[in-house]
Amino acid sequence: MEIIPKIVGAGLVVIGAGIGIGKIGGSAMEAIARQPEATGKIQTAMLIAAALIEGIGFAALFAV
Amino acid sequence: MIYRLFTIISLYILHSFSTVLFASENHHANAEKEHTHTDIKSEIKADIQHHLQDSYDFHLFSDKTTGKHYGFPLPVILWDGGLHIFLSSAFHHGENVVQSGGNYYKLYHNKIYKTDASGTLNFDEHHHPTNDKPLDFSITKNVFMILLISLIILLMFKSMAKSYQKNGVLPRGVGRFLEPIILYVRNEIAIPNIGEKHYKRYMPYLLTVFFFIWIVNLFGLTPLGVNITNNIAVTFCLAILTFLITTFTAKKYYWQHIFWMPGVPAPMKVVLAPIELLGIFIKPFSLMIRLYANITAGHIVLMSLIGMMFVFQNWIGSSLSFLLAFVLSILELLVAALQAYIFTMLSALYFGSAVEEHHHDSHH
Repeated sequence: MEIIPKIVGAGLVVIGAGIGIGKIGGSAMEAIARQPEATGKIQTAMLIAAALIEGIGFAALFAV
Repeated sequence: MIYRLFTIISLYILHSFSTVLFASENHHANAEKEHTHTDIKSEIKADIQHHLQDSYDFHLFSDKTTGKHYGFPLPVILWDGGLHIFLSSAFHHGENVVQSGGNYYKLYHNKIYKTDASGTLNFDEHHHPTNDKPLDFSITKNVFMILLISLIILLMFKSMAKSYQKNGVLPRGVGRFLEPIILYVRNEIAIPNIGEKHYKRYMPYLLTVFFFIWIVNLFGLTPLGVNITNNIAVTFCLAILTFLITTFTAKKYYWQHIFWMPGVPAPMKVVLAPIELLGIFIKPFSLMIRLYANITAGHIVLMSLIGMMFVFQNWIGSSLSFLLAFVLSILELLVAALQAYIFTMLSALYFGSAVEEHHHDSHH
């Protein structure tokens, strides 16, 4: 029984991380569409931000 | 690149089929279907657990019908009031007690314990052995593969350097494949993040870490069953290296930024200092967790999908999960490179903040 709140919490964190990474990806797409010449820079920034959020998601998963 | 991709994919397919063969033989041995289901599930679980662990011998595959294990033993090196060296085959997969220099050792759940002559293990209430553990410097599977991969990287770059010496600007052979990647690391990772002035000092580390993580991850996808970046100790060491380099090459403005942030009111400076100080340690910690968790999660999902083939036990379900595992392992190829890129990228970012000059700070 004790495990259920933990799993639900981890699930919530993963949902949050998913929304976050989705937003980053979406914004990066829009930015690239507006300024195709800045694609490289935008991709780099996108990957860094996504990696930082991903770290939180994994931390939650491993805390279960 | 394409050639390498095909090699890896074909190796993967071979691996999957060999697993199918061995498991289906085992499946026919059990008549009762319900019983087989739970058996296979726990077997898959044990297999994944086993795969995620380091081991003392290099185990390639085992034949369930004859109970034979194929692979080769690796040396066990223990320090216990003296040096004890013997081959891991002496353990016979945990069945035997090894006598070495008057001491007795037993392998239990992949750990070596010091026992008496009959191999008695004492357990506490959580079923953990309370026996002494000797200091362990063994060449385990991971250590062996790290040494092997280091050798491969050394030979690769040695031949590249030699071809530069001979041909001038145009590299030959493997160098032709590596040159664009090295240039990418320099032009897209090091220079934008560290700056023209200081980037050269960090290039050796960045290149080493990039190629090491990448090749290690690629080896993790081969049917050899090695998974070095799944080991948190390995990623811990990589993160510690980044931490040490950042800390010991940091200039005045890096420390000023941490302890006395310029451009904010004095009470805020007091609040920010402990947070920034904590940040020094959180950065390498997140590097460690990110690499470890990404690769571990990838391996668990991939192996579970391969395991699903035996759980379904029909043509549609099994071929579907095979297809899914196939697609996922191609994705894992991307993840292998991406994690190497992110680790290098973030390391470069931290080095960049360490050597930042004053004029960059003016916009704060």
